[in-house]
Parts: sequence; structure tokens; C-alpha cells
Amino acid sequence: MSMDIIIAGFGGQGILFAGKMIAYCGMLEEKYVSWLPSYGPEMRGGTASCSVCVDEKNPIGCPMVSEPKLLMAMNLPSFNKYINDVAADGYVVYDSALINAEVERKDLKVYAIPATNMAMENGLKGLANIILLGQAIKAAGFTTLDSMIDAITKSIPAKKAHLLEPNIKALKMGYEY
Amino acid sequence: MAEKFLMKGNEALGEAAIRSGCKHFFGYPITPQTELSAYMAKQMPKINGTFLQAESEIAAANMVLGAASAGVRAMTSSSSPGISLKSEAVSYIAGSDLPCLIVNVMRGGPGLGGIQPSQADYWQATKALGHGDYQLLVYAPASVQEMVDLVGKAFDTADKYRMPAMILADGMLGQMMEPVAFPDKIEPEDLPKKEWATTGTKGEREHNIVNSLYLKPEILEKMVVERFKRYETVKQNEVMVEEYLTEDADIITVAYGASARVTRSAVNMAREKGIKVGMIRPITLWPFPEKTISATADKVNKMLVVEMSMGQMVEDVKLAVNGKCDVEFYGRTGGIIPKPREVFEQIELLAK
Repeated sequence: MSMDIIIAGFGGQGILFAGKMIAYCGMLEEKYVSWLPSYGPEMRGGTASCSVCVDEKNPIGCPMVSEPKLLMAMNLPSFNKYINDVAADGYVVYDSALINAEVERKDLKVYAIPATNMAMENGLKGLANIILLGQAIKAAGFTTLDSMIDAITKSIPAKKAHLLEPNIKALKMGYEY
Repeated sequence: MAEKFLMKGNEALGEAAIRSGCKHFFGYPITPQTELSAYMAKQMPKINGTFLQAESEIAAANMVLGAASAGVRAMTSSSSPGISLKSEAVSYIAGSDLPCLIVNVMRGGPGLGGIQPSQADYWQATKALGHGDYQLLVYAPASVQEMVDLVGKAFDTADKYRMPAMILADGMLGQMMEPVAFPDKIEPEDLPKKEWATTGTKGEREHNIVNSLYLKPEILEKMVVERFKRYETVKQNEVMVEEYLTEDADIITVAYGASARVTRSAVNMAREKGIKVGMIRPITLWPFPEKTISATADKVNKMLVVEMSMGQMVEDVKLAVNGKCDVEFYGRTGGIIPKPREVFEQIELLAK
């Protein structure tokens, strides 16, 4: 199975971190992975995005995703920018607390989750990205919940250990939504 | 199996250099290369190495000249406009027969250009990085792992032939993360001794002189001709190239670095449609894999060169092909990375 992913939203929402977690998780599962951020002036206060590729069998060709099989969107400009690029029969997972939009394409599998509101209501401020990630794993099935919990656990350094529990709580909340 | 790290290309270059016994880094920040300098700033003090942010690119490259004269593994890194500034010192380094490593994480040009990935410095790297008759070893990685592998290779080969080496990467490779494994660390003391280095005679031997000034044309010509004899040996022994699905191919694409990643995807798309297409990926840009390309030109009708420039390597491909098959070009420039589909469409056109 291969999964080309675009994750996009505002700078500060943890867009790049969510992408890194997917790549890191794939690496731990001994898959081929790549992670490519947008970089440059648009990152400072504006939109942030990254391309992530995960492939079970073959080395990654172009790491810059132009036809994502999965779009994870956390703001309206990103949603509008990429929605028509999503590959046929692809997945769209978006934060419906921040994006008020209808998906007109009929060929997409759409998952709306009010991640930002869920984060605020559950004392998980700043973890809407991880809630969205949980939902994306369930929707697109590129990895398992357990593998992602393992990846998050391994990636959080000892001195930030207090962040582990809320991250896993957020992930599960998104997965179970 | 060695432990794998998920790491940015720029940082992996830094770690690979340290593991290759490089303890002397001289730089000046510029996007999209800055993470490499930042990595060195963090790591060098931990290993009693030198990290020095110079007052300019020119100064940084001249510090490499000085450090290399003393026989240590030294490096500098920059992105396109900064490499232009370093070019004076690089010419002196080549004229002084000194090994070192220069990293160029290319961005769009000319001038200040932009900060997005580009391959428009091919000519500069392979033909004319500075004045005078000389060449650099030019390595073009296409993955983060290859960036690591080629740093060690570049230092070793530079030492072996006493010439500067360049890693020619681009903003995409510098910024992206992939899993990498690193070789064991080499201690500088364990590297072969450089008998020519200016390390102080301690009254026990003749002076070693590192110099690029020869006012008598007969002597300068002799120096240059001897250097070019060495370049011939390099051409015989040091070419690196990857062939991907070339065996049964009717159409051959030629691409390096980031554009080879895009082209690999396009080749895969075309193969799914039954088009017999393959890719030649030069890993060394100098020495250029002209034999591989020439031999392939005997077997196919068409080649397609893909670059993130207006077409620079395509000239070397045409020289190697020497009229034996058609050579077409597709490129995007200014910081645009072509989409696999664009390249696929070019392949499809050629297949008709």
C-alpha cells in the first residue's frame, strides 16, 4: 500500500509535526517514507503545508505530492487550494470547526471532524492536529492506532514526557470520533 | 542493521561530514541551506571542532583554503548566490591542489533569484566555478541517504586526488526528511597522513609549500597539465551512475538529483501504461557518465533530459550521444519542481 498525503493549514497548528509523525511511524514500520515541508516567506504567519509519502514496497519517487490520496486540511484556504488536486477516490479529512465548506466532488471519501473544538473542550489546546491525525488513520488506514501511539511515544523526548499523555488522548479521541 | 534516523537532508549532510572526520566548518547562513550551518554550530563544539560563521561567504571559503592547507578535512556550505561568492577561493583551492568539501543547496537564480529548489547551477559546478583551467568532483545525491553516503565518498576522493569536491544538492533535498543510517565515525587521526600539508617542519624536514601563484608560464603550464593528467585518472575511476529500468527501454530519460526523483515517478507511471522507458541517473556530474550514455544511445532512438533549469546538463548528454539518437529536453526553472505528470506527458509524446 502506498499513501501520498498533503497536510495543510495555518503556521502554528502543528501541520509539519503531524506530517513528521506519519513519516516517523512509517519508518518504524520499515516502510519507505519521505516528508517535505513548504518553506519560505509563506510560513511566517501564513499557510503551512507538507507532503508525506508512505510506501510499503517501493522507494519514494517524487517526494512533492501533487495528487494526494489523502488531504488533511486545517484551514479554508488550504482546503480550497488542494481539494481539486486530490486523486480520484481519495480521502479528505478536515477540521470542520475551522472550515465551513461543502465538498462538491462525489468521488471523494470525506471525513469532517471538529478537531479544534474537541481540543478546546477537552483541555487539549494545540492538539487539534493530533485529533485530526487520529481520524485520518481510521479513515485512510495507512497505519494502525497502535503503531502511531508507539511512534508518538518514541518521538517525545524525556524532558517533554508530560506531553505524551495528552497527545495519546488526542490521537485516540480523533480515532474514535 | 544500523539505527535509522528521520532527518532533514541539510542536517544529514552535517552529521555525515562529522562522521567522515571533518572537524572544521566555515559558513555563512543562506536559505535553503541554513539547517546545515545550524547543525554544525550545535555539534562542532561538542567534538572540539571548529564552527565559524565568517563575516562573508568569501571569507568562509578562504578559511577552508587555510584549513585544507594544514591537511584537515574542511568544508563550507551555501546556496547558489553564496556559492558564486565563494568561487574565487575555490579556484585558489583547486590551483593549490587542496582537498575540501563544498556543499551547494541550489535555489533559483540568477542574481538573488528565489529560495525554492533549482538545478540551475549545473554549469557553474561542472564547468566554471571560478577562473582558470580546473575541475571539481561534483556529486549529485537524489535522496537523504545518498547525501550521507556521498559526503564520505566526496571527502575520500578529494583527498585521494588532492582536489576540491562538491555536493550539488537543492532546496528540496536539503529540506526533506527521509530515514537515514550513518556510517561509524572516523577519527581524523585515523585518516591517511597528508605528507604535503603545512603543519610545521619542527626543524625535521623541508618546508611544504601550498601555493597557486606561478609567474613563469612554462611552470604554470606544467602544473596545469599534470593536474589534468590526474583528472583523466578521475574520469577513468570515479564515475558513478544509476540505471533504472534501462535494459528493455526504447526511451531513456536522463535526470539527476531532485529531478531524478520526479522522473522516477514519471517513469513508473509510463511503465504502468506499457511504455518501455528507463532512466539514467548521473550520480557524479563531473566526471560525467559519458560512456554509459554513449553506449545507451546505440540502443535507443530517443532520450529525454529532465532538469530544474532551462537546460544545462542536456548539453553534456548531447556531447556523449554525439548524434546517435534524438535528445529532447524538458525543464522547469525559477524554483518550480516539475510534477511527475508533466514529465510523464513528455514521455508519452515521445512514445507516439
